[in-house]
Amino acid sequence: MDFQVVVLAGGASKKLIPLISKEVPKALLPVANRPVLSYVLELLEQSNLKDLIVVVEGQDAAVRVGGWISGAYVDRLHVEVAAVPEDVGTAGALRAIARHLTAKDIMVVNGDLVSDVPPGAVAAAHRRHDAAVTAMLCSAPVSGPSESGSSSGKDKTKKPGRYNIIGLDPTKQFLLYIATGAELEKDIRIQKSILRAVGQMEIRADLMDAHLYAFKRSVLQEVLDQKDTFQSLKQDVLPYLVRSQLKSEVLLNGAPQAEENGNEKVNFQKNQVMVSRILANASTPSFHEFSGLGTNDSAPRTHKCCVYIASNRKYCARLNSIQAFSDINRDVTGEASHLSGYSFSAQNNIIHPSAELGLKTTVGPHCMLGEGSQMGDKCSVKRSVIGRHCRIGSNVKVANSVIMNHVTIADGCSIQGSVICSNVQLQERVVLKDCQVGAGFVVSAGSECKGEALAKKEK
Amino acid sequence: MGAQRKGATRAEDSDELARVPLQAILLADSFATKFRPITLERPKVLLPLVNVPMISYTLAWLESAGVEEVIVFCCAHSKQVISYLESSGWFSQPNFSVTTIESHNSVSAGDALRLIYERNVIQGDFILISGDTVSNMSLTQVLQEHRERKKKDPNAVMTMVIKRSKSSPITRQSRLGTDELFMAIDPNSKQLLYYEDKADYSKGVICLDKLLLTDNSSISLHNDTQDCYIDICSPEVLSLFTDNFDYQHLRRHFVKGLLVDDIMGYKIFTHEIHSSYAARIDNFRSYDTISKDIIQRWTYPFVPDVKFGGNSATKLERQGMYRASVVQSRSAEIGPFTVIGIGTKIGSNTKISNSVVGEGCTIGSNISIEGSYLWNNVTIEDDCKLMHAIVCDGVVMKSGTVLEPGVVLSFKVVIGHQFVVPSYSKVSLHEQPIKQDSDEELEYADNSSGIGEPSCTVDKSNGVMSSQLSEEQSQPTDELGTGGVGYVWSICEGSHEEEWRHSIAPIPADKLAEAMQTTEDDLELITQDGSVLPASGELKPDCIDSDDDDNEDSRDDSIDFEKEVEATFLRAVHENIKEDNVILEVNSLRLSYNKLFAECAGAIFYSMMKLALETPHTSASELCNNAVSIITKWKKLLKSYLNDIDEQIEVILTFEEMCLESAKEFFPVFAKILWHLYDKDIIHEEAVLKWDDEKKDADDSDKVFVKQSEKFIQWLREASEEEEEEEGGGEEEEGNQE
Repeated sequence: MDFQVVVLAGGASKKLIPLISKEVPKALLPVANRPVLSYVLELLEQSNLKDLIVVVEGQDAAVRVGGWISGAYVDRLHVEVAAVPEDVGTAGALRAIARHLTAKDIMVVNGDLVSDVPPGAVAAAHRRHDAAVTAMLCSAPVSGPSESGSSSGKDKTKKPGRYNIIGLDPTKQFLLYIATGAELEKDIRIQKSILRAVGQMEIRADLMDAHLYAFKRSVLQEVLDQKDTFQSLKQDVLPYLVRSQLKSEVLLNGAPQAEENGNEKVNFQKNQVMVSRILANASTPSFHEFSGLGTNDSAPRTHKCCVYIASNRKYCARLNSIQAFSDINRDVTGEASHLSGYSFSAQNNIIHPSAELGLKTTVGPHCMLGEGSQMGDKCSVKRSVIGRHCRIGSNVKVANSVIMNHVTIADGCSIQGSVICSNVQLQERVVLKDCQVGAGFVVSAGSECKGEALAKKEK
Repeated sequence: MGAQRKGATRAEDSDELARVPLQAILLADSFATKFRPITLERPKVLLPLVNVPMISYTLAWLESAGVEEVIVFCCAHSKQVISYLESSGWFSQPNFSVTTIESHNSVSAGDALRLIYERNVIQGDFILISGDTVSNMSLTQVLQEHRERKKKDPNAVMTMVIKRSKSSPITRQSRLGTDELFMAIDPNSKQLLYYEDKADYSKGVICLDKLLLTDNSSISLHNDTQDCYIDICSPEVLSLFTDNFDYQHLRRHFVKGLLVDDIMGYKIFTHEIHSSYAARIDNFRSYDTISKDIIQRWTYPFVPDVKFGGNSATKLERQGMYRASVVQSRSAEIGPFTVIGIGTKIGSNTKISNSVVGEGCTIGSNISIEGSYLWNNVTIEDDCKLMHAIVCDGVVMKSGTVLEPGVVLSFKVVIGHQFVVPSYSKVSLHEQPIKQDSDEELEYADNSSGIGEPSCTVDKSNGVMSSQLSEEQSQPTDELGTGGVGYVWSICEGSHEEEWRHSIAPIPADKLAEAMQTTEDDLELITQDGSVLPASGELKPDCIDSDDDDNEDSRDDSIDFEKEVEATFLRAVHENIKEDNVILEVNSLRLSYNKLFAECAGAIFYSMMKLALETPHTSASELCNNAVSIITKWKKLLKSYLNDIDEQIEVILTFEEMCLESAKEFFPVFAKILWHLYDKDIIHEEAVLKWDDEKKDADDSDKVFVKQSEKFIQWLREASEEEEEEEGGGEEEEGNQE
């Protein structure tokens, strides 16, 4: 398949502090003891999309991500890792690597996507319609604030609830309107011209843009070149393409490129194309062609913005907030366990053979205990993920939490709804509820915290 | 449980017992002027549609749909309507009672409904319809839906019937010649959420309240539906009209009013019909379209060869040709989809196609009639040519006359020999009323006799004829060729570009292309600047970084205020409200939002500029002209908030901000418009100079506009210095003298 995939693995997202650090960029945050990036890479591999460019913000992070990828996927995927400066935005990141893009179509996916929707289906929908852009939409999760948040971390925290407002045509194949970011808080403004052309539009608030896009390369590069103020794919490039779909500007200057990908033909010989389509009984002509046919002279150029709507049963989430981090860890060991790639035991949990459990210690269902971790006596673990080589004392209770690697937990601690990063040390009788503890932090004995973020001061 | 159930059944029983007859209110007046000049002499509902008055179609349908009681509201020409109802026997139908309510001072549907409410004749749910509707839909389902909804939610007061129209955007707009309609409907409950029917709001965008989406996760927006103007209403509708005494128009005021008002929470629902027919004759174009639909039997059983409500039976022949007993020459050719009434004589070598000819017409030889509507007793002499025209009763066309497409000849007009009536002309024995009612939707309720005396005041264009007129009133003019009788109405300004849209003539290809072009221009307006919707003044998506964010809450209030002012202003522009009233309204807004005069001035100026921006323009200079003309027009409004130098500065600052952010199009013409503001005496030179002074310490990026208007400021300074110098010089001299 002539698709090149760009994985935007991001860098240091402010929203995920203190979970991420110089040592652990966002892409390497563990989800069920695997870096989150591995979910995307394996998803792509399943769809046979193996020509990848992983874009990481910041040189250091790039080295770390690159190191991990070359170790894990050396003979399976053809991966290049590119570093871009921080805070360039998703569009800026693509601009920076533009010269590496050569394929006819480009798929752009965020590295924080955890999903089982086949990207191949998105690619197929894109090709079928000869679209300029195809976006994947999935039904918005019922709870949890995770709206916005491009990997650049430019977005502010949003009130929970609203994800995207999306306008679709009656066949649910074309994207007619999308509101993102700040526009969500405003009234909905629909272009009449598009509505006129399509006749009927369905506006949905229950769909979420999954940040998986297929672009026609010529279009993408054209937009990135012309609109040098565009920073974000989701907030600038995609809305722009959607807005201008009936009066396309993107192909005007790119005639030779356009010709090569066959779009010019659509414009010049629309009648023939339509007739042949009808004869071939292929997909019915879309409103784009109708509206193009309206005026004979100087037919307006159109491009198509398509959508692929994932079915409700598919899992789709983005790791872009602490809440999302906990949710995804819980889901991957729980209801979406097929994503984790592990086989669960009869007790519906995964305990690495090398892990050691003390007397009367119970590990409940939907839990995970990593390689070489040790637990003392009379511990209980419920719906939690514990990483590798952790040392956990006796009488420790862990519930609804994520504990990363090399964490030391002394006796009598109680951890609920919290995230404990690597190399943290919890001394005796620490009680944590809804806390995040940054890497390497030491929580002194007997402290009780609720809803706090504990981390070492950044130098 | 059991008791409850019993209670429920008993309630149902009592419902059943208290069953009121199904009632309908039929408005026999359209309260519009679209059919002038014909409606000066005959009410619209009595105009023949395929040789049967429109109201008969409506009544026949109501009867067949099971309506038991119809209240006909007559206003203009009420006597004519009543006498028709008498003569055609509608008053004496079994199981179908028709009563009339007469009024002479109602100028709108709102007035009519208020009067009906006072009469207290409506007992239950009723059907609200106007007498120019043709339909064959069954009411059973929609009535049931309405009643069930009403049981669950007493606020569901109205169900509107809608129909999906043709799929192509061009036909959708041109078929019935109606304004473009945008509706938002909840796909599950079918509740109507948004209604916009005035295409003149040439904004390229539809603005939906974001709150709509908090209740519904999906909304469907329609541009492909038509409003059939058949409403199932609960009795509350009438009291709502009484409570809101300013509601005039059914759609524009009532429907929109209910949709906007969230205090009372009344809801309107829609019912879509699929296979049955429903359409309203709104203008000449829909007259043409619906006539053809009737001939082509879409409205069955209300077709020419089925007897209903006093039509004479005609016989259907092949190719959709209906003929009553007709005297026809052998060589006359009658083409497809044509109806010929009783007693009409047709001469030799005459060709008639796609037309309707009424009763008792005399049509000579060598005539070609194409796509035209001839009413009764029309006389056409030899060698005439008619294309897409409407010819009313008693018209005489002398030999050799030609009617170009879109002509309307009102009653008893005579066209002189060899005269060519240009396209879209309207000819009447009555003069065109000089003073157009400012609200074009409202037609004066004429005297009970129907027609007033033809007024003696003479239009300027007819000034030459004034002497003749005073001599012979009955022969008003001969501007229709030798022997012609009638006035040619001048097409009033503004409606001219709409003429082709409403006329019965087929829409010329270039107009269609033009229409498509304008929609494209809309598009251009939006896509001009890649990331911004300039017309909307929306925040630029690029700059949502963080700086706007923190103070957003505090700005909410002022944004609301600005929006309100803008809405007020736009309404004033579109509805021609007087400046004084606008000032009053803005003042009340100012008080309720607790704003300063300066903020009012800023907001008004902002809305003016936005309007200028939204008026189509191709170049910066044109934009500048737009802005200047708007400023000139609403000078008084703006000036009433500019008493102080600070307020004037506020205007300059607002403008600056607009140029930088929401409306970059103004950037190049900033200085020009500033000069015009000065020239029109809106902003005084002190304000400009003070603004310049204030900006002195600002950083360079902030000074772009000062730089742009440098010359102008320089000029101002020099001028004022000169003055000072003169004065100063004088003093000095005086000093010297001392």
